Amino acid sequence: MTDQQQADLRHDEVEAGTTTGLASPSVDATDARQNSLWSDAWKDLKRNPLFWIGGLLMLVFLAMALLPQVFARGVDPRECSLSNSQQKPSAGHWFGFDQQGCDYLANVVYGARNSLIIGVLAVLVVLLLGVVVGAIAGFYGGLTDSLLSRITDIFYALPLVLGALVVLRTGTLGRGVTAVAIALALFGWMTAMRLVRSQVIAVKSSDYVAAARAMGASNGRILVRHILPNAIAPVLVYTTITIGVLIAAEATLTFLGVGLQRPAISWGLQIEAGQSLLRTAPHLVLFPSIVLTLTVMAFIMMGDALRDALDPRQRA
Amino acid sequence: MGRYVARRLLLTIPVLIGASFLIFAMVYALPGDPIRALGGDRPLAPAVVAQLRDEYNLDDPLVVQYAKYVGDLLQGDFGTDFRGREVLDTIEQRLPVTIQLAVVAILFEAVIGIIAGVLAGIRRNGFLDNVVLVSSTIVVSVPILVLAFVAQFVFGLQLGWFPISGIGEGWYSFVLPGLVLAAGSLAYVARLTRTSVAENMRADYVRTAKAKGLPRRTVIVRHTLRNSLIPVVTFIGADIGTLMGGAIVTESVFNLPGIGRAIFDAVRAQEGAVVVGIVTLMVFFFIFFNLVVDVLYAVLDPRIRYD
Repeated sequence: MTDQQQADLRHDEVEAGTTTGLASPSVDATDARQNSLWSDAWKDLKRNPLFWIGGLLMLVFLAMALLPQVFARGVDPRECSLSNSQQKPSAGHWFGFDQQGCDYLANVVYGARNSLIIGVLAVLVVLLLGVVVGAIAGFYGGLTDSLLSRITDIFYALPLVLGALVVLRTGTLGRGVTAVAIALALFGWMTAMRLVRSQVIAVKSSDYVAAARAMGASNGRILVRHILPNAIAPVLVYTTITIGVLIAAEATLTFLGVGLQRPAISWGLQIEAGQSLLRTAPHLVLFPSIVLTLTVMAFIMMGDALRDALDPRQRA
Repeated sequence: MGRYVARRLLLTIPVLIGASFLIFAMVYALPGDPIRALGGDRPLAPAVVAQLRDEYNLDDPLVVQYAKYVGDLLQGDFGTDFRGREVLDTIEQRLPVTIQLAVVAILFEAVIGIIAGVLAGIRRNGFLDNVVLVSSTIVVSVPILVLAFVAQFVFGLQLGWFPISGIGEGWYSFVLPGLVLAAGSLAYVARLTRTSVAENMRADYVRTAKAKGLPRRTVIVRHTLRNSLIPVVTFIGADIGTLMGGAIVTESVFNLPGIGRAIFDAVRAQEGAVVVGIVTLMVFFFIFFNLVVDVLYAVLDPRIRYD
């Protein structure tokens, strides 16, 4: 086992989604035509409770990010009255009030948007970096591969939170949503790169790539039309899980004081503000924590379900 | 094997240099003038500023600064922070705390993770298996940050079992932060053990062991477990390096004076030398443990040969 595989051990389960892109040979009893990987996967997904729970949670949080007014029951999160400071949850105000006397339900609900935007934006940049660098390294091999792999190793040796912490502290990116997303992506793309690289290496020696080459297809065409589509399944699994991981990392950075800044509404800021009041008003830490955890869980469950469905090796 | 280790050690050098240069360059880009900040409200005399800037090589180009830094580092000199304190002193003082935390975390990870994994794996799809699967999915999804506060609130404030801040009570103070730091990896160890045990339970040699009438316990402990633990042991080894990253959050929430906390404080105070020094050390640990694990892998599994 090489160091690379070893370092990827944590993501082994993700990588297990390796497919050669060949349609599954299983034949439907009623319908004699072959099922594609994706229709087989869908059949599996339908039976998986993780898929339904994760999907439902994802839909709820998506709706929360798009239409926070509805979930906040029309309350403005910035309309505060100090006389309500730190009030406990009640029938009229389910999550109680924060220290400034703002309705906490509204604040927690409005926090969903930033978290989701950062998670999705960061994962898009991760994919962009990972797919481009990984595909080039895997496809061209040789010196290019060695060089790109070493650069990846360098980034891999730096913990995500640490790297993002230093980048954000320099302030070169600013302190907004985009800055946090880019900082996270900058230190989070390495696994995607290795995933794509290993997929491309596995796929490029297959017969249909040789066939395409024999027909005179260019490198670019082979890469884009033949290799990448067949390497996409494990990347999809990885992407879903990573959105959850990045959302958690954003909350952590914001909590540490280098992520989003007030007056932005963010779960990380809410937890940070609540931590000193853990004794007297534990609900201030509790509610954003629960919602943050459920959001992360939604993506991780969905990723687990997708992996189970897309990994032919695990099929009975 | 010797050649393999030598080659790996050589490959380590560019990674170590690259990672520390990356951090060095970013710290160099930090806004504000740390020397001016030293003076506080009273501006320092220009001559003093010039002398300090010269002392810390602040007027050299980035690459020259870095080269001078590495030159000192190779002689065991980590430099000093802007208050004249040796960075090595800071590390010597803080590192034991983080090592204690990591030891506690690894213990939790190994003991609870492996027991849960074995219980789940020996009867796949049984009740315990499902309990372990569901709880590991949940634990993996809870951010360390959230877990830390839940632990503080429930076990510290409500039940009063463990201290929630500082290291005043020796090893006992590390129980809660150690558990929090270990949680994610613990769930992963449980899953890895489960998969590995379940796979080996179907292996030929296990069937043979059963067929020759060995008691179930012996079959599991002597035959299945020994082979199943190879990937688990290697994961735990590699995780020692990874735990350092998680220590930043854990040490901040539990107020432990370790290197995670030190690096966080140093980033805030723009103490470039401290940040770069500790990061270089962390990267070194990370690479070192990964190398140890790769070698360990060949030792544990005779089928693997590197040469």
